[in-house]
Amino acid sequence: MAEELETERADVRDDGRRPPRAVVGSHRIEEEIFGKVFDKNIIARIWEFVRPYRKQVALAVVAVLVFTAMQLAIPLIIRYAIDHGMQPGGSRTALLYAILAFGFAILINFAASYAQETLVGNVAEDVLFDIRRAMFSHLQYVSLSFMDKTEVGRLMSRLQGDVNSMQEFLETSVLSVGDITLLIGIVVVMLYLDFGLGLLTLSALPVLFIVRIFWLPRARKSFMAAHETNSVASGALAEAIHGVRAVQGMDRQSVNFNLFDDKATANLKTHLTAARFAQVMVPIVDSLTGVAMALVIVVGGARVLNQALDVGVMVAFLFYIQRFFDPIRSLTLQYSVMQRAMASGQRLTDVLDVRIDIKDKPDAKVLSSDMDGSVEFRDVVFGYNPKHPVLKHVSFKVNPGETVALVGPTGSGKSSCMSLIHRFYEVQQGAVLVGGHDVRDLTQDSLGRQIAMVLQEPFLFTGTVLENIRYHKTDATRDEVIAAAKTVGAHDFILRMPDGYDSILGQRGGNLSLGQRQLISFARALVADAKILVLDEATANIDSYTEMLIQKALVKLLEGRTGLVIAHRLATIREADRIIVLQNGELIESGNHGELMRNEKLYSKLYNLNYASFDDIPDEVVEEAAHHGAT
Amino acid sequence: MTTETRIGSGGHSASRAHVKAAGWGKGLSILTRITVMALRHPWQSALAIGATFIASGFQLMIPQLLGRAIDEAQGIGAGGSAGAVAQDALLVTALLLLGASILRGLFTMVQNYYSEAVGHHIGYELRLACYEKIQRLSFSFHDSVHSGDLITIGLLDLEGVRMYFSTALVRMIFLSVLIGLGAYLLLSTDVVLGLLALSFVPFVGWRSSVTQLRLRATWLDLQERLQVLTRVMEENLGGIRVVRAFAAQDHELEKFDAASRSALELAHQRVGIRVANTSAMTLSFFAAMGLVLFVGGGKVMAGEITVGTLASFLTFMTILQMPVRQLGLMVNAFARASTCGARLFGLLDLDVAVKDEPNAAPLHLGEGTLRFENVGFAYPASPENPVLEGVSFEAKRGETIGIVGPPGSGKSTIAHLIPRFYDVTAGRITLDGQDIRSVTLKSLRRSVVVVQQDSFLFTTTIENNIAYGDPWAKEVQIARASESAQLHNYVLGLPASYGTVVGERGVSLSGGQRQRLSIARAVMLKPAVMVFDDSTAAIDAATEQRIRYAMRRYASERVTIIVAHRLSSLMHADRILFVEDGRIVEQGTHAELLAENGRYRALYDLQVRPGDDALTG
Repeated sequence: MAEELETERADVRDDGRRPPRAVVGSHRIEEEIFGKVFDKNIIARIWEFVRPYRKQVALAVVAVLVFTAMQLAIPLIIRYAIDHGMQPGGSRTALLYAILAFGFAILINFAASYAQETLVGNVAEDVLFDIRRAMFSHLQYVSLSFMDKTEVGRLMSRLQGDVNSMQEFLETSVLSVGDITLLIGIVVVMLYLDFGLGLLTLSALPVLFIVRIFWLPRARKSFMAAHETNSVASGALAEAIHGVRAVQGMDRQSVNFNLFDDKATANLKTHLTAARFAQVMVPIVDSLTGVAMALVIVVGGARVLNQALDVGVMVAFLFYIQRFFDPIRSLTLQYSVMQRAMASGQRLTDVLDVRIDIKDKPDAKVLSSDMDGSVEFRDVVFGYNPKHPVLKHVSFKVNPGETVALVGPTGSGKSSCMSLIHRFYEVQQGAVLVGGHDVRDLTQDSLGRQIAMVLQEPFLFTGTVLENIRYHKTDATRDEVIAAAKTVGAHDFILRMPDGYDSILGQRGGNLSLGQRQLISFARALVADAKILVLDEATANIDSYTEMLIQKALVKLLEGRTGLVIAHRLATIREADRIIVLQNGELIESGNHGELMRNEKLYSKLYNLNYASFDDIPDEVVEEAAHHGAT
Repeated sequence: MTTETRIGSGGHSASRAHVKAAGWGKGLSILTRITVMALRHPWQSALAIGATFIASGFQLMIPQLLGRAIDEAQGIGAGGSAGAVAQDALLVTALLLLGASILRGLFTMVQNYYSEAVGHHIGYELRLACYEKIQRLSFSFHDSVHSGDLITIGLLDLEGVRMYFSTALVRMIFLSVLIGLGAYLLLSTDVVLGLLALSFVPFVGWRSSVTQLRLRATWLDLQERLQVLTRVMEENLGGIRVVRAFAAQDHELEKFDAASRSALELAHQRVGIRVANTSAMTLSFFAAMGLVLFVGGGKVMAGEITVGTLASFLTFMTILQMPVRQLGLMVNAFARASTCGARLFGLLDLDVAVKDEPNAAPLHLGEGTLRFENVGFAYPASPENPVLEGVSFEAKRGETIGIVGPPGSGKSTIAHLIPRFYDVTAGRITLDGQDIRSVTLKSLRRSVVVVQQDSFLFTTTIENNIAYGDPWAKEVQIARASESAQLHNYVLGLPASYGTVVGERGVSLSGGQRQRLSIARAVMLKPAVMVFDDSTAAIDAATEQRIRYAMRRYASERVTIIVAHRLSSLMHADRILFVEDGRIVEQGTHAELLAENGRYRALYDLQVRPGDDALTG
């Protein structure tokens, strides 16, 4: 009986209803794709990047103009050949001249098109890479509070999508120059050849223009819809791939298939609509071309019959008509490119304009490697948002060679302390001193060299084990690296990897366990050989075998260094020289384990609760302990 | 038949650039297969192909009519130079030309629309097939394949196949008709001039094909280099704290510059390839035109042909120019469809390793006893290295079995065999006496639920995530499950409580919260066998204890299997199995195993060091 119920659990019901709580894929929140067509400020900013290439750009524009001129000249040469070389009484020499002129024109055409395309193509690529580099290097120095707020994915789409639409913009803007000149050129030449006939034929142009103006917004909406449903369906497919184990474990395949079918169907429909919009222009343009040609034949032909017009002019007209609508078609398309570029340009300048808050002072000192290694917080007030301080008047000193454990419930301000030593953020009040110097008076580079940092979630880079361990000290020898790995107990498992120290780590060290990554990051810190070690102990549970290695390695790592450890494990805490207990941004007690236990304040209360780590303790329990501690 | 793991052997996408068309025979059979898919939409395909013929016919009429008009304007042709007659003749030609233009436009529209429509329908069908296949392929397949590769197949390769009909097949028909019929018309008018007019076709066609194929190869190469660049940027931004901590900005910029320079170099090269060829193609086209003009001009003067004929030759050439230049795109589309098709169909044709037997019956649950009988298992990728050997145990309803052992001992594998994520390679597993391979997968997986190590969150609300296995669930049920998993209070504190969106683009949950969510997800299903595959590692001991307490009342109705490395997670179990090197080496209750003074005892001592009493709590 239970069985039937269960079979019904997930499936689509007979009436075709989908389960109310079932969804596949998420709806992506798209960013503004189109901006203003023209934004002076953005153009000015883009120009900064184009400026180094202005000679090439100028040359490209000249080449485009020459190219366009040749496009215009060819029908004229044909006209000359017909009217002067092929008519009764025409001369062989005239034909020969025409052919020579033609040959000359096509050679120039060749050179111009070669120059134009090479220049435009290469400059657009160069500018693209330049913008990307400017952004990337800017991001290396912007404040971490900006980086904290911004998802990596969002920044990546700036560095890729937005930068690409700039490239597209640059390419088309030079080509637009050509299109506009061609359009103007055709109009002028036709009117020059025969004003009346020219005017008549050109009357088809505004018709197309008007049609395009009505068509464009609707068509674009349908193209966007197709684009949108595409990314939705792709997102759902990606989800099915990444979550396949959960899907199979929960037996959701049939439901998901139905839901995916809905998205795929929507995708199909929007694409068909978009195709209809795209194709409907074809007969319109062809009909207008037909009308223009028919006019030339009827009106122009009659005048040729009356000897009022050279036949060559009529031929030239027919040639021009066939080229006539191309520039309009591409110009209207470039309109969208411009809009897209302005929106992207806005986002790019937003990134480039993020202020760099933390800079070296002009007279910043270099922190020498023989400083004593002390760390001091003097009445530090700090908050990510200045209105809500995370640290409130915190003062403590870590003496050279001492290991201090920072302890406190989540949100007590431990991680902020760690970031401040490194001057990731600026204090609002008070000062942080390293080796007796205010960190604001030191160069960031020298400060970084004297402080090694191990993060809770060890971050490794794609590359070999060797490269990762000597990440900071790229000149470290292989022997130094191996020695460090041996000290922290990572040597054995590294040797067991297929290529030992030369094994490539997957993305973020994906082919290693958390514990192993931790050990490698220990070795990395050891090779950096800094005076001060700042460490955020991993909270996630690591299997006991690796755990033991890590505890041993930690002792080695702290030997002869000043250590500041955000400790989660009671074992680590107990072994520290001193424990600093933080709560709600205030230092509430400090001392060694024995002293604090005798103190009978928060630490002893929490310790006596027998939790594996202080972070695990539910808020209400902490509140209660704090309350008791205070009394 | 291809086995599931075969496709994975290609490794990651680095090998994509080196995929060559898999022999002519294979390529042809793939293209045939796509063509057959297209012909399954007979009306639309017929309309597309029929319209192609008609459109190219009208296309070819236009130069003829233009030539005729020019001749008529000069008084040559049917009406002679007699004014009114000639005027009428011009009017007729003009109307014919207008008609031909309009019809060419209309039929081109039909051709383009329907050939795209057929492509979109094929795309739709393949998308569904691909989705379904990926959902059904078993764990061993997914273990062996990089998820990025599957996404590439499902998106890019599918696109390559979808585009085949419109950009390869229909374009080929269009080009053949246009060039064939055009050549016939030109050559039948004037052989010498015809040959000259067509002389650019072979050169341009060849250059264009070669260029496109080279561009495609370098494109794949460029994608790889850009991927390296992407990775450098992504890792840098993701690990920005490490970068700053080590003051390694300069080092990172060097890495960026190296990757960027190598991509830029290739991008420049590609511009070079493209430009050299487009310019050469234009030049050869115009050179041919110059020859036609020269020779034709001579013929006009000699009275062999009329100016109109010459003009129609020249117009022909302009009409032919574009399609011939695009010949390369067509060649490229064929090449792309055959390599993409090889990968896509390779995936679709895979046999699913774990599937229902032909006569599988739904699982019939009685007393709910799970038995492992001498179970052995080896991963398909390395059959010579068994992960499990001779594993036997029995668990009755209401019992809890703990499984522990060093990393890599095979303890997780035991968990994965029960819902048939993998099939045993020796022995058997039974539920109430039925071999789990003889019952339907659906019924089995609804009775056996594994809380997996890696808890995947879907980008949707928390309630939909909890109700993932039971999407018809009521709010109360969800809240109850979430309470048992000790998640309820946390969720209530979120801005939109159960309506909060989590996952990739939503609120991010900590490891422990994710695990609690996947426990809630499993609890929802009230399974007969519930397996925890190291799924409480990120949950603190105290919360875990509360979860256990909350679930106690259901525990009597099911078999509970707990795989863990933290002893506090499983020492309350009715029986604990210590697994090492794929075998059960010790088993008994916590007390018995401690007394045995063996491996379990050693692990216990390791975890609970003297004085560290936290873990025993």
